[in-house]
Amino acid sequence: MDCVGENCPVPLVETRKALRKAAPGDIVEVTGTHPSSKREIPMAVKALGLQLVDVQEEQGTWRIRIRK
Amino acid sequence: MTDNRNKVTIVVHSGDMDKVYSALIIANGALAMGMEASLFFTFWGLQRLKKGGLEKGPLSKMHMLGLGKWMVKRKMKAANVASLERMLQDFKELGGKILACDMTMDIMGIKREDLRQDLIADYCAVGTYVNEAKDSAITLFI
Repeated sequence: MDCVGENCPVPLVETRKALRKAAPGDIVEVTGTHPSSKREIPMAVKALGLQLVDVQEEQGTWRIRIRK
Repeated sequence: MTDNRNKVTIVVHSGDMDKVYSALIIANGALAMGMEASLFFTFWGLQRLKKGGLEKGPLSKMHMLGLGKWMVKRKMKAANVASLERMLQDFKELGGKILACDMTMDIMGIKREDLRQDLIADYCAVGTYVNEAKDSAITLFI
């Protein structure tokens, strides 16, 4: 999922859409630049009871990986 | 007793553009975080569900005959904020429920065919709202 340049609430919503389409065990990777989403997508992952694989950031672009 | 309520119910009473944005952003955020969400459109809010009506709402403050809205929309475009239409489509895709107030339809002479019926799950009254709200962890009036 490429959410670079997208603003609230698009990265969160697109993450959820991708997770709904994924099969159990799949890894969903989201990249983006919206700062709050970097903190809030992991909150959603926790609320959904899924596994946060890792969160990385380089020059303002973050990458979050989630296992369904 | 554990509290298993996992729903957001929002009354969308205002038809102001910025307030409809608030309602949809909160609702979509809730859906994204695994909650259920219902939007009960009433009074001025219901005008936004008329065919072609979604983007027609004024700004709640500093509308200035449309100048303020134009300026805010320009800023929103620069900040890459999604359109109301996209947010509404996302809301539906993530399983959100849209309810239309039938009393408002009577008062304002709105027929079902005037509304975007493809989006609306039910045409109902206060009983349905209360029924939804009593099972909700969050309920808001916007």
